[in-house]
Amino acid sequence: MNKVKDKWGFRPETSNTLDLDKTDIDWYRRIVEKIPGLQSCIFCGSCVSTCTVNRDGMSFREMHLLLRRGEVQKLEKLVAPCLLCGKCALVCPRNIDTRSVIYNLKILMYAPV
Amino acid sequence: MSAEKDRKVAVVGAGVAGIAAAITLKQSGVEADVFEKEETVGGHLKNWHALFPGRENASVVLRGVEESILSHNLKVQTGTMVTSVTRNEDNYRLTTETGLSTDYKAVVLSTGFSLFNAARKEEYGYGIYPYVITSPELEKLLEDPGKGLLIGGEPPKKVAFVHCVGSRDAKVGNHYCSKVCCITGVKQAISVKELYPDCEVMNFYMDLRMFGLGYEELYQEAQEKFGINFIRGRVSEAAPTFDGAIQVKAEDTLLGRPLKVKVDWLILLVGMEPDKMTAQLADSLGVETGSSGFFEGENKFLKPGCSKVEGVFIAGACTGPSSIPDAVNQGRAAAVSVLEYLSGKE
Repeated sequence: MNKVKDKWGFRPETSNTLDLDKTDIDWYRRIVEKIPGLQSCIFCGSCVSTCTVNRDGMSFREMHLLLRRGEVQKLEKLVAPCLLCGKCALVCPRNIDTRSVIYNLKILMYAPV
Repeated sequence: MSAEKDRKVAVVGAGVAGIAAAITLKQSGVEADVFEKEETVGGHLKNWHALFPGRENASVVLRGVEESILSHNLKVQTGTMVTSVTRNEDNYRLTTETGLSTDYKAVVLSTGFSLFNAARKEEYGYGIYPYVITSPELEKLLEDPGKGLLIGGEPPKKVAFVHCVGSRDAKVGNHYCSKVCCITGVKQAISVKELYPDCEVMNFYMDLRMFGLGYEELYQEAQEKFGINFIRGRVSEAAPTFDGAIQVKAEDTLLGRPLKVKVDWLILLVGMEPDKMTAQLADSLGVETGSSGFFEGENKFLKPGCSKVEGVFIAGACTGPSSIPDAVNQGRAAAVSVLEYLSGKE
């Protein structure tokens, strides 16, 4: 790509479009196997609004969405601050075991089996 | 009490609302003549395979309608288009396209709805690409699982639904919500997934309006049990790919990024529009229509089924998008209003 730039002085813009045909949602599938209730998330955001460490970058809603879209490289900063306190699970209207979702995601991230 | 022939009522439209109104009148001793422009009764019911939210067999419900017509000895003139209804002193003169005119004491308008013509949303490619179809067309395909959505004998790999086609869209002049499409989309997504468990099914929506009892539960079942992917974002365009599939573009508005995906079938959940008879009859009778073109009642809170014109009653989807139980309730309510009106005349 840099060669193109050297030759022409510009290069084609990379698209911001997410290609759903090319996303790898293996992690999402593996977590859903353990916690099928995650699929019923309606992205209401009550988990985020109750989160103690949201100011440190924690967002369950965003993490889940990126997980579903295969953007796993962006997940770490969104779950690293989590204290596994479980307040998000208390407020979830779909009664999703959000704490287990984060716990299982952390296993995939730090201690894959 | 006047002779029975003087109390005759005309019902225009033999959908579920019109039939419910006519049967309620008949049960109360009032003769009702039903006119239907199609060759069969039941309106749009005959175009559906399964009904939401319980996915009951539509043909069973249709048979129930047909049986009640027989058991009540109801007079239904099918294949008869009503061209005008005019007021003639204390009567309403109903004229059919054969030129026959009959006088009635009261008229129930249950002219129903028309489906939105999906070809008007050219960007979705309906009528251009063969694998872009409407929700009623999918119902027809689901009736025959041997054919279904198979492409060259192979099950589809990806199917996408587009919600709000012809509804909530100022571009086509329909600002209103058609009410029934959200839950229809959920129901049909489940049916596709049941038929083809390995198929990825996704629904593109603006909002999901699960207002009826059992709707939200079905939505949750679609997510959790069937793994259907609900993506918030309105599809902006569909285009063919080199291998004959359809590429869909939308924004994932929760993620805040545009996305594209290749699907084998694109199902357009078409909304409801007033039938063209609605405007015609509104003109000839002076019945008011609201900004959306559906009949408007005298008092939608306390006088269901009464139009602003004395002796003219309205029921079913000609008053706005309705589900089958809604339309039946409206038909029965309009009949009670007719009975009140007729007894006040005596």
